[in-house]
Amino acid sequence: MSHDTVMTADHDDAAGYYTPGSPLVDTKAPDAPIAERWETRKFEARLVNPANRRKLNVIIVGTGLAGASAAATMGEAGYHVKTFCYQDSPRRAHSIAAQGGINAAKNYKEDGDSVHRLFYDTVKGGDYRSRESNVYRLAEVSTNIIDQCVAQGVPFAREYGGLLDNRSFGGVQVSRTFYARGQTGQQLLIGAYQALERQIAAGTVAMYSRHEMLELVVADGKARGIIARDMVTGEIQTHLADVVVLASGGYGNVFYLSTNAMGSNVTAAWRAHRKGAYMANPCYTQIHPTCIPVTGTHQSKLTLMSESLRNDGRIWVPKNQADCDKDPRDIPEEDRDYYLERIYPAFGNLVPRDIASRAAKYQCDDGRGVGPEVDGVRRGVYLDFADAIERLGRDAVENKYGNLFDMYARITGEDPYAVPMRIYPAVHYVMGGLWVDYDLQSTIPGLFVTGEANFSDHGANRLGASALMQGLADGYFVLPHTIRDYLADGPFEPIAEDHPAVVEARASVEGRIEHFLTVNGERSVDSYHRELGNIMWEYCGMERTEDGLKKAIDLIRSLKDDFYRNVKVLGSAETLNQSLEKAGRVADFFELGELMCIDALNRRESCGGHFRGESQTEDGEALRHDDEFAYVSAWEWAGEDAAPVLHKEDLVYSAIEMKQRSYK
Amino acid sequence: MNLTLKIWRQPDASSAGAMHTYQLADVSEDMSFLEMLDVLNEQLNAEGEEPIAFDSDCREGICGACGLMINGDAHGPEVTTTCQLHMRSFKDGETITIEPWRSEGFPVVKDLIVDRSAFDRIIQQGGYVSVNTGSAPEAHSVPVPKEDADRAFNVATCIGCGACVAACPNGSASLFMGAKITHLGLLPQGQPERDERVVNMVAQHDFEGFGGCTNIGACTAACPKEIPLDVISQLNKDLRTAIRHGH
Ligand SMILES: Cc1cc2nc3c(=O)[nH]c(=O)nc-3n(C[C@H](O)[C@H](O)[C@H](O)COP(=O)(O)OP(=O)(O)OC[C@H]3O[C@@H](n4cnc5c(N)ncnc54)[C@H](O)[C@@H]3O)c2cc1C
Ligand code: SF4
Ligand code: FES
Repeated sequence: MSHDTVMTADHDDAAGYYTPGSPLVDTKAPDAPIAERWETRKFEARLVNPANRRKLNVIIVGTGLAGASAAATMGEAGYHVKTFCYQDSPRRAHSIAAQGGINAAKNYKEDGDSVHRLFYDTVKGGDYRSRESNVYRLAEVSTNIIDQCVAQGVPFAREYGGLLDNRSFGGVQVSRTFYARGQTGQQLLIGAYQALERQIAAGTVAMYSRHEMLELVVADGKARGIIARDMVTGEIQTHLADVVVLASGGYGNVFYLSTNAMGSNVTAAWRAHRKGAYMANPCYTQIHPTCIPVTGTHQSKLTLMSESLRNDGRIWVPKNQADCDKDPRDIPEEDRDYYLERIYPAFGNLVPRDIASRAAKYQCDDGRGVGPEVDGVRRGVYLDFADAIERLGRDAVENKYGNLFDMYARITGEDPYAVPMRIYPAVHYVMGGLWVDYDLQSTIPGLFVTGEANFSDHGANRLGASALMQGLADGYFVLPHTIRDYLADGPFEPIAEDHPAVVEARASVEGRIEHFLTVNGERSVDSYHRELGNIMWEYCGMERTEDGLKKAIDLIRSLKDDFYRNVKVLGSAETLNQSLEKAGRVADFFELGELMCIDALNRRESCGGHFRGESQTEDGEALRHDDEFAYVSAWEWAGEDAAPVLHKEDLVYSAIEMKQRSYK
Repeated sequence: MNLTLKIWRQPDASSAGAMHTYQLADVSEDMSFLEMLDVLNEQLNAEGEEPIAFDSDCREGICGACGLMINGDAHGPEVTTTCQLHMRSFKDGETITIEPWRSEGFPVVKDLIVDRSAFDRIIQQGGYVSVNTGSAPEAHSVPVPKEDADRAFNVATCIGCGACVAACPNGSASLFMGAKITHLGLLPQGQPERDERVVNMVAQHDFEGFGGCTNIGACTAACPKEIPLDVISQLNKDLRTAIRHGH
């Protein structure tokens, strides 16, 4: 194991891969005590009178929690909204798959929770790499979310007295997580979807399903619309507006295998990036410790088992390599290594995700993994419910986790009530995303970004049950207030379909489509995507090093080159064509993947989900370097063959003290 | 295992379709049904034939995007979604017939993909609680008996896949609609709009070309979320009540 290397300013691993740029500051958070910033901003943000709202057109790309909630709320307020998703219905957005729950500082359990504690836990969990004003606001509005969802009829779990139940979720010591069995995301999304459908019926929102945004229109320095492809007819459409909101989700699929939905992509965000929106902290990836292990090369995606399972399940591997292929039930207690409970006695199985993930990797690297061998290594550890079943009874366990157990049984063909589950880490979430200020506005005026697509609230690591909170906070309670300050200057001068910015954007979309369909090479889009994913997982996954990242950049560049010359996309542009859709997404993943590696290379410290092999303590713990890296990396696109420009936003904490994280 | 696959291919909504036969070798039983189709698509692409279009997204059984008629059964032989069906449910040498949902309410878009937007339009007619953002009372101001909350949750797990319609000889969407009526009807928040909801949703359902329910029960047997048949009784009851109230 290598030891911490002291860095000096002239030791920049990413030198030569980027150009240093001017510093970046968030000018929108009011200069007030942290607890008063949001009230102050809401008051200072200008109002749009109801009669004017009808004249303002808003485009929202995405109908997940962040998009559907914003579209419904903006529709209710009387704006003219158009919203887009690539699925056949807004109800199917990837948010639907979230299992475990949503945090809120309700303190219904009287266990010492508060807005300040949720704020504190989120900043600490994010390893002091998030912007404190945004996080405080998130904690503040969290309680409104629960009220709103209950009023919509979201069937959260309740206690016998009829009040809402809570559970504690990975990494925190209070019970503040609201849940609907293992299907919280589904129930929250259906709530937001129903609110959205109500506005569609009311005529305030127009829904474009099976429409993919392929380009952003930036005219006279402002985001003014999008170019979308009707995925059924292939028609390329121009949609113009006064403001554009991206709520297009995360880009974890750059790793090919992830827990994200098959269609999750970076295209909307990346096209905006190429038009001037900075991309912040792209390398911050969350790897989730509890997923079902890979079975073979046919694997198309990975399935998450909610981390709520870690509340009652115990994680272990055999102490002896010789026991790894035995029936786990035949391995006696003294021959099991409950490694998380051993190394982290205070938090045990509830340590944050990055710690739990890396620990599992090390056990498997050490030859003590379990399950089938893939490429010569057993990549799996046990998650055992035998104790929980004995303590609580099978019924109680079934009541809490029934659907997760069923899902596991269905996928693996094994019965988790009888045999311990096998789990392994998988890419799950990205903290990185488009840079936004306190108003959620990107570096392109008039382009706002919400939900997983922005970088704002989770720093280098996201706490469990906080993405749903953020998506709904952004969409229901933050964006509708901040966007009005921008819209108060509208409606803006209409732009014509033959405006050079529109013509350029359309031509770029049409050119790419034409290219993919005429290469007529040898390899399928999926085969490139899989290879890119392998590179990213190997060199930009759970552990990153200077050598590995440089190698990855070379590999990605040559693979991308080959892709443009040798990809094979059949069919036509005028019909539904899934290979063509995927080709566009994979093309953008190549460019993103390279930037992720450059970002990881620049950040020669370990923080949250980003672990640099060169920056660890003697006992292998992540080591941050606040003196050098307490900044947000905001990357500017500089052109096809130019090195990206790095702008740094310094992170300043006034309401919280930076501490080296310790879960021991 | 080796399989013979008979698959419906149709270039677009306005063209005629037909069954095509493909051979697929070396299928692993750990593959999901859709991964098996991915492998077939890789093979077709390599041979210069356009891959087969089918819908899927989460591949976790929750988004409701996937859905195929497999050997005449909606979502195939198990009680689950097509994406969660695994090849261990099939035998070596088997012939598997794969078709899209067949129903007047769900026109074919291409190959195995259908248009289910009628479901969204049914929800638009009242499958919600009218509460604007910001106007909600404190969540604990209205307790809900656990029994009602649990049952509301169980029926709210409907994923809108449309298997109930595909399985029904009448092409009825009553199970889908009954699930929403029951979910909102069990909660205090759903009471003020209860009558209008059922009347308007049923009217839209019929307008979309879905058939009436004659209590066959094929829907609930095919439903991957095991939505029980009695949600349709609840639907009918709510409709009678609404009519009695003068709707
Ligand atoms: C399996 C799983 C379980 C999870 N569990 C939890 C949990 O328990 N708690 C928690 O807090 N978080 C959880 N998360 C994380 C959380 O679900 C997501 O971060 C969150 O739902 C993202 O919401 P979103 O609205 O930002 O984006 P999404 O829900 O991803 O929505 C993206 C939307 O954008 C649209 N879109 C994307 N690109 C385009 C384009 N180019 N053109 C048009 N439309 C486009 C899509 O159609 C979709 O409507 C989980 C994630 C996964 C993968
Ligand atoms: S009721 Fe069942 S079969 Fe019908 S749409 Fe809902 S989940 Fe699918
Ligand atoms: S792909 Fe989402 S339910 Fe099957």
